[in-house]
Amino acid sequence: MNPDHHSSLNPSSSLKSRFTKTFLRSLIKINKQRPFPYCPREIFQRCHRVKTAADKSLARAAGSRRVWSRAMLCKIRNRSLRRGCQQRPSVRRIIIGYQTTKKGYCLQKKMSDDQEVGTDQASKLRKLVPGGEAMDLCSLLDEAAHYIKCLNTQVQVMRRIADIHSS
Amino acid sequence: MSSRRSRQSSGVPRITDDQIIELVSKLRQLLPEIRDRRSDKVSASKVLQETCNYIRSLHREVDDLSERLSQLLATIDADSPEAAIIRSLIM
Repeated sequence: MNPDHHSSLNPSSSLKSRFTKTFLRSLIKINKQRPFPYCPREIFQRCHRVKTAADKSLARAAGSRRVWSRAMLCKIRNRSLRRGCQQRPSVRRIIIGYQTTKKGYCLQKKMSDDQEVGTDQASKLRKLVPGGEAMDLCSLLDEAAHYIKCLNTQVQVMRRIADIHSS
Repeated sequence: MSSRRSRQSSGVPRITDDQIIELVSKLRQLLPEIRDRRSDKVSASKVLQETCNYIRSLHREVDDLSERLSQLLATIDADSPEAAIIRSLIM
């Protein structure tokens, strides 16, 4: 199950190492492509590329078993396809179809009054978690918990890299 | 298609309240503010609200960090040895 060569007992440490490896590789690639951005537009583009690389590395490290990681990778792929001006509507349709039919249905569970879980807040959470719109409430909470764990790892690693390079 | 639709209306496993309570408490463990308060009387809607706020703050941190990293990238000269150092320090 674990693709790493050394088996790790703690799954979050292997997530960290997978993310670090992939992210560092993409950072080096970004640096090689345009080492010295000299206009604000290029600076902004580079910042955007770093953020996209971070999200992509995180989604890859999290694995394809999670709905949010698949949704994030699809979003990034769609964005790059659109930017490349390759109008391939069939590809997009397939990706969207995969996302919504994966769970089979989209439930808006009607909560009883004593449930205390507002559908209003659930809809806010759906917008924040990638792929959240097509999930039922149970999976949404589960995916949100895993997403938060991975985001924590991402922040931790990025902060460490930034501290090392700024010292 | 029609069989799947009829299966959806009748044979769908109902999401039990216990499952939701369990998931909400799992989320609560991850949120730093609620975890420190140690009170059992946190409502599920408060947990969801805190989750949304926490995810938003994490997104903001990632944005700030990626901006900082993109500025630092220009100062990196020899990438591979430093990358190896980082990898060994973090892992």
